[in-house]
Amino acid sequence: MLLIHCPYCDETLPEAEFAYAGEAHIIRPADPSTLTDEEWRDFLFIRSNARGPHYERWRHVHGCARFFNAVRDTVSDRFLLTYKAGEKRPDLASLGVAE
Amino acid sequence: MSRFRLPGKGRVNHAETVRFSFDGKAYEGLRGDTVASALLAHGIHLMGRSFKYHRPRGPVTADSAEPNALIGTSRGPGRFEPNTRATVQELRQGLECESQNRLGSLAFDLGAVNDALHPLFPAGFYYKTFMWPRSFWDRLYEPIIRRAAGLGRAPSEVDPDIYASRYLHTDLLVVGAGPSGLMAALVAARAGARVTLVDENPEMGGAILSDPGVGIDGQPAWDWLAQTLEELASLGVRLMTRTTAIGYYHQNMIGLCEKITDHLDTIPDGAPRERMWRVRATRVVLAQGALEKPLVFHGNDRPGVMLAGAAQSYLHRWGVRVGDRAVIVTSHDSAYFTAFDLAEAGTKVVAIIDTREAPPEALRAEARARGIELLAGHTVTGTKGRLRVASVTVNPVEAGRIGDPRMLHCDCLLMSGGWTPSLHLFSHTKASLAWDEQSRTFLPGRMTEECHIAGAGRGLWGYLDALSDGAEAGAAAARALGQEAEAPTPAVAHDRAGTGESHKELPTDRTSSRVRAFIDFQNDVTAKDIRLAVREGMRSIEHVKRYTTNGMATDQGKMSSINGLMIAADAVGKAPPEVGLTTFRPPYTPTTFGAFAGYHKGATFEVTRATPIDGWAEENGAVYEPVSLWRRAWYFPQGGEDMDRAVARECRATREGVGIFDASTLGKIEVAGPDAVEFMNRMYTNPWTKLAPGRCRYGVLLGEDGYIRDDGVIGRLGPDLFHVTTTTGGAARVLNMMEDYLQTEWPDLDVWLTSTTEQWATVALNGPKARKVLEGLVEGADMSAEAMPHMSVAECRVAGFKARLFRLSFTGELGFEINVPARHGRALWEALMQAGQPHGICAYGTETMHVLRAEKGFIIIGQDTDGTVAPEDAGLGWAIGKKKPDFVGKRSLARPDLVAEGRKQLVGLLTEDGHVKLEEGAQIVFDPDQPKPMKMVGHVTSSYHSATLGRSIAMALIEGGRDRMGETVHVPMPDGVVRAKVTSTAFYDPDGDRLKL
Ligand SMILES: [Zn+2]
Repeated sequence: MLLIHCPYCDETLPEAEFAYAGEAHIIRPADPSTLTDEEWRDFLFIRSNARGPHYERWRHVHGCARFFNAVRDTVSDRFLLTYKAGEKRPDLASLGVAE
Repeated sequence: MSRFRLPGKGRVNHAETVRFSFDGKAYEGLRGDTVASALLAHGIHLMGRSFKYHRPRGPVTADSAEPNALIGTSRGPGRFEPNTRATVQELRQGLECESQNRLGSLAFDLGAVNDALHPLFPAGFYYKTFMWPRSFWDRLYEPIIRRAAGLGRAPSEVDPDIYASRYLHTDLLVVGAGPSGLMAALVAARAGARVTLVDENPEMGGAILSDPGVGIDGQPAWDWLAQTLEELASLGVRLMTRTTAIGYYHQNMIGLCEKITDHLDTIPDGAPRERMWRVRATRVVLAQGALEKPLVFHGNDRPGVMLAGAAQSYLHRWGVRVGDRAVIVTSHDSAYFTAFDLAEAGTKVVAIIDTREAPPEALRAEARARGIELLAGHTVTGTKGRLRVASVTVNPVEAGRIGDPRMLHCDCLLMSGGWTPSLHLFSHTKASLAWDEQSRTFLPGRMTEECHIAGAGRGLWGYLDALSDGAEAGAAAARALGQEAEAPTPAVAHDRAGTGESHKELPTDRTSSRVRAFIDFQNDVTAKDIRLAVREGMRSIEHVKRYTTNGMATDQGKMSSINGLMIAADAVGKAPPEVGLTTFRPPYTPTTFGAFAGYHKGATFEVTRATPIDGWAEENGAVYEPVSLWRRAWYFPQGGEDMDRAVARECRATREGVGIFDASTLGKIEVAGPDAVEFMNRMYTNPWTKLAPGRCRYGVLLGEDGYIRDDGVIGRLGPDLFHVTTTTGGAARVLNMMEDYLQTEWPDLDVWLTSTTEQWATVALNGPKARKVLEGLVEGADMSAEAMPHMSVAECRVAGFKARLFRLSFTGELGFEINVPARHGRALWEALMQAGQPHGICAYGTETMHVLRAEKGFIIIGQDTDGTVAPEDAGLGWAIGKKKPDFVGKRSLARPDLVAEGRKQLVGLLTEDGHVKLEEGAQIVFDPDQPKPMKMVGHVTSSYHSATLGRSIAMALIEGGRDRMGETVHVPMPDGVVRAKVTSTAFYDPDGDRLKL
């Protein structure tokens, strides 16, 4: 079981308190009606499916209930960083990871 | 005294006899014996039959890696366990055990005919043999395989035991209490760390228990052990015996399975049989030692052939000589010490066969001094003896040439193919292994966890090295924990260091097709099988494993994986590291389902949610059905009614008079705040701005992909306050989805979301007499049809309780839903029952609710929809706020595939014969005469017998269904094709006149 740091509670807690919530930094378009079918398809379905560091969302569902973002290595299953929703996407170099 | 027991020797209690039985025969052993050591003390090696060939087998180890000596154990009803290792099961008074895999007696096994037929059972035999003909499977192959193969027999009764589980947090977890583990724990504990030391054996000490002649720090090893354990206890180290580390998971979480009662004569009241520990350790030291490898030669599986290290353990730990005449065959120095110790104990050591040409001079000299014949540069080419080894054939090997055979008589053959580090747990962490060419074995490579490996687990050999390395690991762990620590260097006398070689099969002069040299004893895999697999095209070690089943038995290849690799690598023509090992997976040793399940069984298998009115339902004979985690009243049978009759009565009573229904499980979410209406506009398909406070509306929630996710009636209680209801199963998902949008997409909206599902008890009252029942109980609201029309909501008091009173209907009748604080739910229900009595009020359950809604064509999310149904498909196009610029899923409603022709649409179905009720889930075709496979055009989603209509009704999703009104479709079933007419889903009162009361 993983240990996950909730950036709102500022506590490192067992995975059982959290729920995965999909890839991060996929922003819902302000006016979806202006998107072409292809653009809308990409927003709905196309994901990076990264091997290695992956930006993703988690929710501290059995805690503070907040959604937050994380960088997790999908090979080692290790969390490199968690940060609050709305914060800028950190670059991998700053985490000591080669892009 | 059993003939092979040495008086006063070993760590067993010679003063305490323990009685047990094996295959119905009574035996005596000593306290501290295992089943294996006790039987060996009586000279019994034959303990089981092998899996595939039913060959006679005896114990080959003295520990948990045992592949052969598997037994069934029992202690009364429900307490039967198959495949218990006789080498691990401790004796207890009255223990009953039985051998396995035999047809007939253990000594005369009819299944042994498989052995004579072995050319018929080559590698991949399952894949090759049972392909054809198909019909033979049920009649012939499967019954035979099930009877002849398989390990043991499955228990047939419910397990009455308790299994516990606990969490543990510790600074340092040390796995394995041999010399390295003991030193690691000692050094770290002295430095001030909180330490937990676990070992799978009943007592700590590891190899020390089998080597009492060694001296440590000026004391005999066993004295040093006792003193060390005392110091560990005094330092507060948590010492856990009979505790196996079964799995190593992320971030130093280790699963431990502790056996608590299997060794006890009687089970203390309420004691759990096993306890699963989930340990989170800041640091871990793995000191699991090494596993001895068998040598691979013809007849290496005969009872009496065992690992040399095992014979040494039986001698020193249990005071048992494994035979009178021993031959040793080895490629490693360690077996010499076994030979010397056995000779000391009175066993005649006939010869030491060393595959190496030049064993170390010190060992040669000692053998010479003891008068033991040493045959260096020799091989073993066969053994003889029906149920026990009686002789062994040895030949000199010179420059690859096999010399003349010589037969040595013996009653035990003790082998050592060297030692391989036990790296299973380490491998669970996805750490890498590194091939060591010199020792020709895998050592720990790159680590992924905060972990140290010490001693024989990383290829070190001998007590001085193991103790020193353990001390280093303990000191390193302590320093990593921020403590100051020094690693002392222990003084070791009479150390037993040594080296050895690794082999593939031993050289032989036999025709290769006649050689039965076993690698995996438990799955009966021979060296020949591995070579055949490679010849037949298997190149990856993972394929070789699956084709031959090498390493796939319950011992997970503890003894077989390296030998299998050596031979596969030789056959493929690659170096062993290029071929690599198969993956080790948890658990390290077979673990009971009970230990994993823990408290999650019976009534505590999972949470059961009950409504505030559940007690009334139970007292009134409700039959329940599970709905998500809730238990809901399904129907209320009276006077021996079956479900159909009860439901027909409940339906009639509701349509003709008044029915009462516990709807408390409905999900409820309060949406509040200045931006509540804007939030609702964005989430739900419907327009909410013009919905006046005091009114409610049926809302539809889509996913962003345009498919229906949930629905429910939503009341507006004020400009800034909505009372949202969701489906019973969807409550948590809907709240999660709302929170997601609110927190991450629209954090600017000033809205609060609160789950109120469990705050409100909800009672639905439906039927033409509903108002008559209710009006006398309502205060503070005008109940007239004019003041409270259909789809309205009022805050008032009902039966004296503060209430949110909805007028709505999921039945098509005049209907109300009364929400009161949960604690008043039952009182409200009883007040309504009382008020309803003069009107013939009838309690109904979820089945009647389903029938009544289906008569009206109201959908149930998840039953009539399946996650690919858009509002238009379900006939809910009217619920779309077309003028709204956006809402969740709106853009998707214009996706090409959602506007395409021929989508499945929800329609009604009426079977031609109204007595025939369609099966939910049944597939539908347009043309029943088309060739198979037929084109399926949809399926039945809901189907009931309607007492109101006096016939069956159904709903279905059918391609282009709404354009086929009046047409006939066909439902092929095993006993014939059912014809049904496509209709509207509104079967009853399509104009809604009954709501106008
Ligand atoms: Zn939190």
